[in-house]
Amino acid sequence: MNVLFFLCGIITVGFVLCICVYLVLSGLPAIGKIGVGEFFLGKVWKPTATTVEPSYGILPFLLTSICGTAGAVLLGIPIGLLTAVFLAKVAPPRLAEMIRTAVQLLAGIPSVVYGLVGMIVLVPGVQRLFNLSSGATLFAAILVLAVMILPSIINVSETALRAVPKEFEDASLALGATELETYFRVSVPAAKSGIATSIVLGVGRAIGEAMAIIMVSGNVPNMPKLFGSVRFMTTAIASEMSYAPVGSLQREALFSIGLVLFLFIMLINVLLNVFVKKER
Amino acid sequence: MKKTIAILLSLVMAVSLLTVGACAVSGTVAANGSTSMEKVIGILSEQFMEDNQDVTITYDATGSGTGIEAVATGTCDIGLASRNLKDAEVEKGLAATTVALDGIAIIVNENCPVDDLTVEQIAAIFTGEITDWADFGGKGEIACIGREAGSGTRDGFESITKTTDKCVLAQELTSTGAVIAAVKSSANAIGYASYAAVEGQTGIKVLTVEGVACTSENIVDGSYVIQRPFNLVTLAEGELSEAAQAFFYYMLSEDAAELITLAGAVPAPQPEEEAGK
Repeated sequence: MNVLFFLCGIITVGFVLCICVYLVLSGLPAIGKIGVGEFFLGKVWKPTATTVEPSYGILPFLLTSICGTAGAVLLGIPIGLLTAVFLAKVAPPRLAEMIRTAVQLLAGIPSVVYGLVGMIVLVPGVQRLFNLSSGATLFAAILVLAVMILPSIINVSETALRAVPKEFEDASLALGATELETYFRVSVPAAKSGIATSIVLGVGRAIGEAMAIIMVSGNVPNMPKLFGSVRFMTTAIASEMSYAPVGSLQREALFSIGLVLFLFIMLINVLLNVFVKKER
Repeated sequence: MKKTIAILLSLVMAVSLLTVGACAVSGTVAANGSTSMEKVIGILSEQFMEDNQDVTITYDATGSGTGIEAVATGTCDIGLASRNLKDAEVEKGLAATTVALDGIAIIVNENCPVDDLTVEQIAAIFTGEITDWADFGGKGEIACIGREAGSGTRDGFESITKTTDKCVLAQELTSTGAVIAAVKSSANAIGYASYAAVEGQTGIKVLTVEGVACTSENIVDGSYVIQRPFNLVTLAEGELSEAAQAFFYYMLSEDAAELITLAGAVPAPQPEEEAGK
């Protein structure tokens, strides 16, 4: 029986290894051919250009992914953290249960549905509100991502806040601190590694998301501008992979973008491990 | 009594033999490609499947580039491309057969006051030289909505307006339907989409180009200049499956021409021997 368990474990490891090796093997050559500097710092992505020299700069995608994720986290943290404090400390049990169910439901909504609602409701809304020529912008993508990362921030932060020993809070209250002061000066600092974990999880979800934002971001490879049409690393791969001819530099460059994205996610996982270890 | 049963039985058998003879072909045909050709392929495959009950035709609306790539890699039987093959694609051993002609309609929101543009004006708008509707008596910043690089519609539009690789877009969408939806929802938008797909749509307005309306007659006689072919892409060497072969010839036949017109495109004139098969 143990052999079976071992085999199952090996299969999982095998998949991870296969994907890693394949991604590195198929992603590296293009970076070499294009040149590291031009690939990472080139501002123009035009792999199918025929009248001018094709160019393969992914700086617009890199910066857009970073800006989009940062924006989503900046919006998501205050809302998510305050919701978590409310659920863990303030809310009456029945109300907390209701809100918790709603948050879990939010986590279960498929990303394509987020994109659909974003495209039909949010994009025209943004366009009208800011009087733009087109509402499919980085701003709309940030809003969608912010909502998408709320569940991971709320769930993990709430668990961390609940784990803070009651004695800490009792001591603070006994010393004359108000309840609000106790939550933000005692409970939140005590749960900080858990909260950091939740944020890193949120970043991971935001940077890897493709389906929801492909429908709201406009998909033009511009340098990031809050009210301009942008393309993320994920959506660059998703929108071009199907027609990039096998063996072309365009296809190889898309694999390279995948490799860069993969490295980003690895970095985030390493960070996550650091925080989890600290918590222990 | 026995005799009657015997006669009946043999009749039944004869009829079943006949029906089997009529739908000699069976199998699956996988088609993949242009989203502009959706209506044309939809109506043709429906009729063909009606006539040949044992054939299933699947159509994956992905874009011309994807369709061509799928034929080259062998993941579909017939590729659908709303543009001509590039030299590199012909070298890969692909061949295109034109099944219909289609106009690329220039569409704006129904509230846009502009009705007519010249090809030069369209090019100026899409390359970002003209950025405001005020130049044409409207108001507001123009939002150009285009297609992804693999699109046949984009290829046709850019080569005719001579804006290849020069378009400055506000949105780059991946299907004909998405472009129409985006133009519908934005008062300042201008986009391009297959004439077959924009017919009968509300909320958008099809512009006349240099005074010529985008209609079947004007596409056939060439007076509507922004047009391109609908192509069937297959391997130049190599056999199609029996079902795919039958569907291929059916699409080029006279029966199909009527349906193509019904779908809003213009049937391409076929050389005699090929249509006769």
